[in-house]
Amino acid sequence: MTALIHPDAPVDRIGAQASLGAIRRVRSLSDRGIAWLFVTPTIALLLAINIFPLIWMIRLSFTSLNLSMSYLPLRFVGLDNYADILSDDDLWIRLQTTAQFVIATVALEVLVGFGLALLINRQFRSHSFWTTIILLPMMLSPAVVGNFWTLLFQPQIGPFNYVVGLFTGIAPSSFSMTGEVALAPWTIVLVDTWMWAPYVMLICLAGLRSIPDYIYEAAEVDRASPWRQFWSITLPMVMPFLMLAVLFRAIENFKMFDMVNLLTSGGPGSTTELISITLKRAAFEKWRTGYSSALAIILFVTVFGAANIYVKALNRVKQR
Amino acid sequence: MTAVARSTAHSIVEASPRVKAFAAVIVIFYALVAITPLLWIVATAFKSQSDAIAYPPKVIFQPTLEGYVNLFTVRTRQTPDFIAHLPPATTWYDKLVRKHDMVVAGPSKVVPRFINSLVIGFGSTFLAVLLGALAAYAFSRFRIPLADDLLFFILSTRMMPPVAVAIPIYLMYRQLNLTDTWTGMILLYTAVNVSLAVWLLKGFIDEIPREYEEAALVDGYTRLQALRKVVLPQAVTGIAATAIFCLIFSWNEYAFAVLLTSGDAQTMPPFIPFIIGEGGQDWPAVAAATTLFVIPIVLFTILLRKHLLRGITFGAVRK
Repeated sequence: MTALIHPDAPVDRIGAQASLGAIRRVRSLSDRGIAWLFVTPTIALLLAINIFPLIWMIRLSFTSLNLSMSYLPLRFVGLDNYADILSDDDLWIRLQTTAQFVIATVALEVLVGFGLALLINRQFRSHSFWTTIILLPMMLSPAVVGNFWTLLFQPQIGPFNYVVGLFTGIAPSSFSMTGEVALAPWTIVLVDTWMWAPYVMLICLAGLRSIPDYIYEAAEVDRASPWRQFWSITLPMVMPFLMLAVLFRAIENFKMFDMVNLLTSGGPGSTTELISITLKRAAFEKWRTGYSSALAIILFVTVFGAANIYVKALNRVKQR
Repeated sequence: MTAVARSTAHSIVEASPRVKAFAAVIVIFYALVAITPLLWIVATAFKSQSDAIAYPPKVIFQPTLEGYVNLFTVRTRQTPDFIAHLPPATTWYDKLVRKHDMVVAGPSKVVPRFINSLVIGFGSTFLAVLLGALAAYAFSRFRIPLADDLLFFILSTRMMPPVAVAIPIYLMYRQLNLTDTWTGMILLYTAVNVSLAVWLLKGFIDEIPREYEEAALVDGYTRLQALRKVVLPQAVTGIAATAIFCLIFSWNEYAFAVLLTSGDAQTMPPFIPFIIGEGGQDWPAVAAATTLFVIPIVLFTILLRKHLLRGITFGAVRK
């Protein structure tokens, strides 16, 4: 594990452009040619698969297109779809559900992840092996994870209820983690935390490893208590890493679809219907393409704003 | 006083044995609890249908390969009379199936789905790494106007919710007859993966000293020769790590797969939840599929251990 993180590892070399000198000048023309030749395919692919469809979707968001009635002529309805969405109470509830999911998961993942990182950073024997074990859930397919947790949560045959029953005495068949309004929101939070707390842990570990030993040694000399050391050294120095993890998890969970779709598919009722599931239903079950395009655009803008903050935070960590 | 204080104080760097033991107990306990769901699935794959749905859940059971047999075959229920008149079962799985008054009617769809996952996974990984490596090299070594904006654009495409992206892609693919095809899925996954590939590979190439190339250029190599003979050999580890990350993404992806494929090009993730037997999900078969599906990921995670951090943060945090 010590090999994993070096505090003095090269962090960024974007600045190191200016050394090719004479050679660069002689061959500059062909270099520029090569640069464009190399970058163009990637940009072209992204334009074709991401940007062109996006522009098309913006156009569709002003229409009443419904794919289940596509024989109707394309009718432009101006901003009606957007007005419908923003005045739809149900949709605001879905957004609230999503926000609650994001806040709960991120808070829990930070708590568990940071805690584990602090413990692993004590470098006990075999910590490397156990770290790898802990990391496994986050590498799995969220859909497959959602699917197999439905087995674990089965009220009768699933081991989860049985274990809860063993410890609390509650009859295992008397509650259903995925089927009850009061429990289902916590169920998706639990599974997401199981899956992604290791992610926060890994990033926090990098932060902890980046703190040079001499700072702690100096604090020891000054007889700062461990509590004080944590608040004035550890936490501030890990903070940029933690922010990175938080922003990334928040964006990912705002978009959450696969795991929850298979675990509860938005139910019971619509208690765990996150906004991506609503969007999927509008677009691919009700086939309200115009309406769902408008909703998708609204989500784009939201995520894009968040992504902006994310990249700024990314750069801040890089500058360290 | 100072001397006393020094001798009792433990440096954070080297924790005391008691602190270490405490940390170890909690971490190992967490790891064991966290890994149990996975182990439960691996075990369920070796249970018989009745053991899998037994109450209370069975920890000790008679292992059987029925789950795997059910995963790979389609079976029909027959009367015992009919089975008695059949020629004797020739293979071990025939015997296993006949015990339940069934006969094997043919192979299931799991092998074609697995092949779809492999073809789409490797195809999109190859393309994404190829395109990504070229772009990353250009971004790393040349002055490109608006480089930061382009890099942000490349990253931002990955920030979009997949369900939202799928709406126009669905319409576009319908027009181009790309719905439910390998080509369509490979193109789509390449576009998603290329952003990761550019960012990761740029980080790896940034770390290769420019002096090597400069020396090669002075020796009369052209740019492309220097790239092939100097940069590429040094970037091999980075390229391999990037490729594995791309492969894992394509392998695990669900949203696009479930919305844009239905049969011919369907990959494993949308397929696994719909492995059904008589009366609902066939849990041993689902667990068997999950186990086979997850094994490569576990191996990759161990292989990638050193580069994991970089991969999950788009190269923002390096080792």
